[in-house]
Amino acid sequence: MSVVLVDAGGTNIGSVRYALQRLGVEASLTSDADAIRTADKVILPGVGAAGPGMARLRELGLVELMRSLTQPVLGVCLGMQLLCERSEEGDTECLSLIPATVSRFSEQPGLRVPHMGWNRLQRQREHPLLDGLVDGDWAYFVHSYAVPAGDYALAVTDFGGAFSSVIARGNFHGMQFHPERSAKVGARLLKNFLEL
Amino acid sequence: MLSRRIIPCLDVRDGKVVKGVRFRDHVVMGEIVDLALRYRDEGADELVFYDITASPEGRSVDRGWVERVASVIDIPFCVAGGIRSVDEARAVLHAGADKISVNSPALERPDLIDELAAAFGVQCVVVGIDSLRDADGEWHVRQYTGDPSRTQALPRRTLDWMVEAQQRGAGEIVLNCMGSDGVRQGYDLEQLAAVRKFCLVPLIASGGAGAPEHFRDAFLTADVDGALAASVFHSGAIAIPSLKQSLDAWGVAVRT
Repeated sequence: MSVVLVDAGGTNIGSVRYALQRLGVEASLTSDADAIRTADKVILPGVGAAGPGMARLRELGLVELMRSLTQPVLGVCLGMQLLCERSEEGDTECLSLIPATVSRFSEQPGLRVPHMGWNRLQRQREHPLLDGLVDGDWAYFVHSYAVPAGDYALAVTDFGGAFSSVIARGNFHGMQFHPERSAKVGARLLKNFLEL
Repeated sequence: MLSRRIIPCLDVRDGKVVKGVRFRDHVVMGEIVDLALRYRDEGADELVFYDITASPEGRSVDRGWVERVASVIDIPFCVAGGIRSVDEARAVLHAGADKISVNSPALERPDLIDELAAAFGVQCVVVGIDSLRDADGEWHVRQYTGDPSRTQALPRRTLDWMVEAQQRGAGEIVLNCMGSDGVRQGYDLEQLAAVRKFCLVPLIASGGAGAPEHFRDAFLTADVDGALAASVFHSGAIAIPSLKQSLDAWGVAVRT
């Protein structure tokens, strides 16, 4: 099985690659359109801001390619947000693969943004990506923007209200937390993705 | 609900984990990767590695062990030690660290915080503050604390520096209360609570943990998001699984 990590400039690429290695999969890091088009699985990692993330995909000529993929695709953290229509972060137009707008956590007393740390996943729908996940399992999050809870949420998480922590539409999937840093739970969800 | 974080801190010197008392007299506690794996298995929520001699020696952190840790560890970790530029930070993040923490170099050149936040986002940028109460009754910042012969007391007030760091783009603050560090009499709740009032980003308590009750008090009294400790974990005086059980029973949200 060939797995590619799209090199969109995120700093967590090394960590995601190591996590896949621990599952026995050697993923290649690439920005090459052919390599991405022909891969069995495509992962879009990402740490940073939506604007520079999309600018990088545009620079590499990968926007239309990403939209045309038919194999399973997984966006992680910012990578998940880039799958949506828009992000309020820098008012950025994203890939429009999942109908949702990414918004900033609203100011609330005691709510410290970034949302940084371990929080619980609550299942919303049955999906093979969630195999083995128990309601309330913990995952590691670091982000200031989020996809609201909605029709495409497979799991939600509470942080001053529910937001989407796992989403899917067709072959496009997203995880807002870092599966590569979410201990056994994260490893299981990554394995589930590899088996889709 | 977001859990409170238990964070073992591993001070690194010459590729080994060491521990000193009141930042002095370091003794070797073990190998970096061995300790990292032990804490992962025990349920640590995150790890912090401080290359304690990098900043005083004017060099950046050694990337070799960062890569080794990143390849075996599946919980987040932060690396600190002499990071003075965006390029050095990028190297550490690309080696697999989730966050980088800056302390003395940010005091030398506060613009570093803005530059790191612009390059990587605030969520990657931790600012560590070493703080001690002085004769005037105010908490002031210390610099180069990794080397006692070079440690400097600065005129900057801790609260002023924390607010400035946050405005410049710190996504998290680690407050090392030097007066309570290493003596296991509890976190400096007064100072933590004073900083908490003005700290809108996650705040991590450091210095003074000696008993499970100290963690409880830091979370419930000073309302910190995470509590960092070193010697009580390295020595086995406090085991993380039983610490988390106690915290859970006291009503602190922890990952179990």
